[in-house]
Amino acid sequence: MPLSISLVVNGVRKDVVLEDPRVTLLDLLRERVGLTGTKKGCDRGQCGACTVLVDGRRINACLALAVSLDGADVLTIEGLAKGGQLDPVQAAFIAHDGFQCGFCTPGQIMSAVGLIREGEAGDDPERIREGMSGNLCRCGAYVGIIEAVRDARKQLAISANEDRRVA
Amino acid sequence: MPDHMSDTIPFSAAPHVRLGSSSGQPITRRDGVLKVTGAATYAADNHPAGMLHAVIAVSTIARGRVASLDVAAAKAHPGVVEVITPANRPPLALDPDVKHGMFGFRFDALQNDRVRYAKQPIAVVVAQTLEAATEGARLLSPTYEIEPARIGFDGGEHFDPPMVSIGAPPNFDRGDLAAGLSAAAHLIDTHYETPAQYHNAMEPHAIVAEWDSDRLTIDTPNQAIVMMRGAFAEFFDVPAENVHLRSPFLGGGFGSKAIMAGPHILCILAARMLRRPVKLVLPRDQMYGPVGHRGATQQHLRLGLDAEGRLTALEHHALATTSSFDDFIEAAANASHNLYASPAISTRHRAVRVDIGTPGPMRAPGEASGSAALECALDEAAAACGIDPLEMRLRNYADIDPATGRPYSAKALRACYAQGAERFGWAGRPLAPRQMRCDAGHLIGWGMGSALFPAPMFQAEARATLRADGTALVETAGADMGQGAWTVLAQIAADGLGLDIEKIEFRSGSSDLPDGGVAGGSGHTATAGSALHNAGTDAIAKLAEIAANDPASPLFGTGNAGVEARNGRLYHRSDRSRSESYGDILARAGLATIEGNGKGGRDPAAAEARAMFSHGAVFAEVKVDPDLGQVRVTRLVGAFAAGRIINPRLARSQLYGGMIWGLSFALHEEAIHDRRSGRIINADLAGYHIPVHADIPEMEALLIDEDDPYVNGLGIKGVGEIGITGTVGAIANAIWHATGVRVRRFPIRIEDLIG
Repeated sequence: MPLSISLVVNGVRKDVVLEDPRVTLLDLLRERVGLTGTKKGCDRGQCGACTVLVDGRRINACLALAVSLDGADVLTIEGLAKGGQLDPVQAAFIAHDGFQCGFCTPGQIMSAVGLIREGEAGDDPERIREGMSGNLCRCGAYVGIIEAVRDARKQLAISANEDRRVA
Repeated sequence: MPDHMSDTIPFSAAPHVRLGSSSGQPITRRDGVLKVTGAATYAADNHPAGMLHAVIAVSTIARGRVASLDVAAAKAHPGVVEVITPANRPPLALDPDVKHGMFGFRFDALQNDRVRYAKQPIAVVVAQTLEAATEGARLLSPTYEIEPARIGFDGGEHFDPPMVSIGAPPNFDRGDLAAGLSAAAHLIDTHYETPAQYHNAMEPHAIVAEWDSDRLTIDTPNQAIVMMRGAFAEFFDVPAENVHLRSPFLGGGFGSKAIMAGPHILCILAARMLRRPVKLVLPRDQMYGPVGHRGATQQHLRLGLDAEGRLTALEHHALATTSSFDDFIEAAANASHNLYASPAISTRHRAVRVDIGTPGPMRAPGEASGSAALECALDEAAAACGIDPLEMRLRNYADIDPATGRPYSAKALRACYAQGAERFGWAGRPLAPRQMRCDAGHLIGWGMGSALFPAPMFQAEARATLRADGTALVETAGADMGQGAWTVLAQIAADGLGLDIEKIEFRSGSSDLPDGGVAGGSGHTATAGSALHNAGTDAIAKLAEIAANDPASPLFGTGNAGVEARNGRLYHRSDRSRSESYGDILARAGLATIEGNGKGGRDPAAAEARAMFSHGAVFAEVKVDPDLGQVRVTRLVGAFAAGRIINPRLARSQLYGGMIWGLSFALHEEAIHDRRSGRIINADLAGYHIPVHADIPEMEALLIDEDDPYVNGLGIKGVGEIGITGTVGAIANAIWHATGVRVRRFPIRIEDLIG
């Protein structure tokens, strides 16, 4: 029996008729909405390549059934850059060479965005590593990723302060 | 027309090509924006109209035959379009049980009902949706006639392999081993075991296949694009040029995406059978069977040493697992050929047939496993002789290649030892184990290992087209699996053409381009880079010839040996005031473009005369909880000499990646087989451990200057694999230094260190 759901993906409302209740958020994004930036590395919540933000919280899109997300607000890697400007996290990943093959990168970046917003890890590399440990990278780009997260966090903190001053 | 050609000499890849301003720059990746925005398209991101999804059903036994499949149940599931089994599988032009070519492997493509390893394909279900195909595959509910699985070193038949790795001799002898051993003051007789490891690229193997009459388009990550295009074509009896293989981005390869495998063939077959595009993506667990792995080894080493710790004999024997139906023998013992000076070296390989998928090349194949054992054995020898491990390696430093007696093309290993040791702070390391503790009471240990990896070249071709607007198109079917080919090859091409890299449009990753060779063996940058550079200099030579023969050109009368290409202009070598832009030369000649072609490959004379390797030294610090046995690597410093570094930022990333693979080898990775069923019990990324962020220590990778005038005209070696070698041993040796426990199997586990 088809099921209708409605979600906001990268700021755009999507009304989706699901012909099959088994569809995960990941497969909805990749196979039905045409947003293939989010990657499938394991389909079991073990690698983090499919990390997206749902209502501001990072989740593994492969472990979420699409039918359970009616009304959700989803942010994927495609929605991060605004007006042709890379998000500071994206820019920092390039600057610090925080990726090689690039396959885990959308998940790493979305996880980093979530981690920085959570604000728990601060600038402590140990806590950042712990907080990013759900995102595997087989190429071994970990050194650059942590540098990128720390750098981006600083940039974001600076711009947040500037925003406060302006306000 | 005056003869101005007499002083025109052909451009050749003479040693010591002077590179321009792009090479050596740590520019960021040219594909960076695509990768951080999700716009880089990997194979599984393709979705042609009318596409169907294929899911493979795999065996749950390791040996026997499939007795039944409930095809009717699968077909009855809504959305299922077709079920392919050996009963209805269309024929292939070639037999998958016959090896085709040097890189050919036997594979399983439903040629019969036999099962020879767990996770072997036994049927394909094609459906409208991935969900329907997945459920259809489950509904097949196979039954089997089961034969006992042969698993483990003692599980199967041992044999003497005719060759190891790809085409290498299995045995090697130089000098008098018996004499060396009997002359020794110290004898180290030791053994090490390494497990089966699986590549586990983050991107699972994937293919989207679409037929248009007898023309085939396949999107699939591939490390040898043009060669594999031909191989695919042969299996479907179409001309190679009818196959278009697109592989712009590989989500990691590590060797597993260089070889033909059954799933790809089955997807192409399904697409032809159903006359629809078909996508097949292997679920993670199916990456533990049909697409290769690093075979397990048991290694036995005997080292004879004189009283001062100099090797008198080095013997290295390896036993490696392979499948019941094909050979790929991890050439572990060959790691002892080229690193340490010994008057006698003897290596042997044996193999054992077990019921697993066939192993294949996996990042540093042979070198990783062999180096792990050799570096630990050297450490044991140092301890036996009462010598510092670094001093031990210096005493056994090879100034000429021990295996061939040839000089090295370049070897800055002494500088690697010295600079790595200094950066790490190696001096003052206590000789005895269990001497250092941190404030928390954890044992601290320091260990080191030497790194070595061959610097091969393969064959590649490239094309460079200068355009009248001052830009250039450069083309080769290179493969970027993360090493940075999109960037580094473009840097080399820019220098070949004397252009700023911003003027370079680089096309790669597609089989309709000149053959870029294989991205493997750490030889891609050297090989494809040489081809691109030669293509560029060929185009410049043609341009120079036009200018030299054009009375209106300031370069009139100048042979191409007399000009230099820089920043889009040709300059007279001895009179800089005489110059002209490429665009002006082309415009006056009435040409829109000029094309150059180049090849890359090793100079055979240099190959005969010199031994060519990258070298390095890795230093590790570990902390071990003396009560819990928990090991943390806390510092890793590597120093590597690998010829000319085209892009230090990207080279360092490669070396970090290799070192992290070394850490993984030492402490994490192991496929564990259930000996009764033959199944791998940890065939997923939760049970098969690779390092996560939290496992990564403070790391440094030092790039040591090395000028190699023989390896190729550009002086380029490779950096993709060497980081693993040295690192495994360094960590294991640090654990010994912390605990006094010498662990003889990898990965090293908590239970090895306590009790």
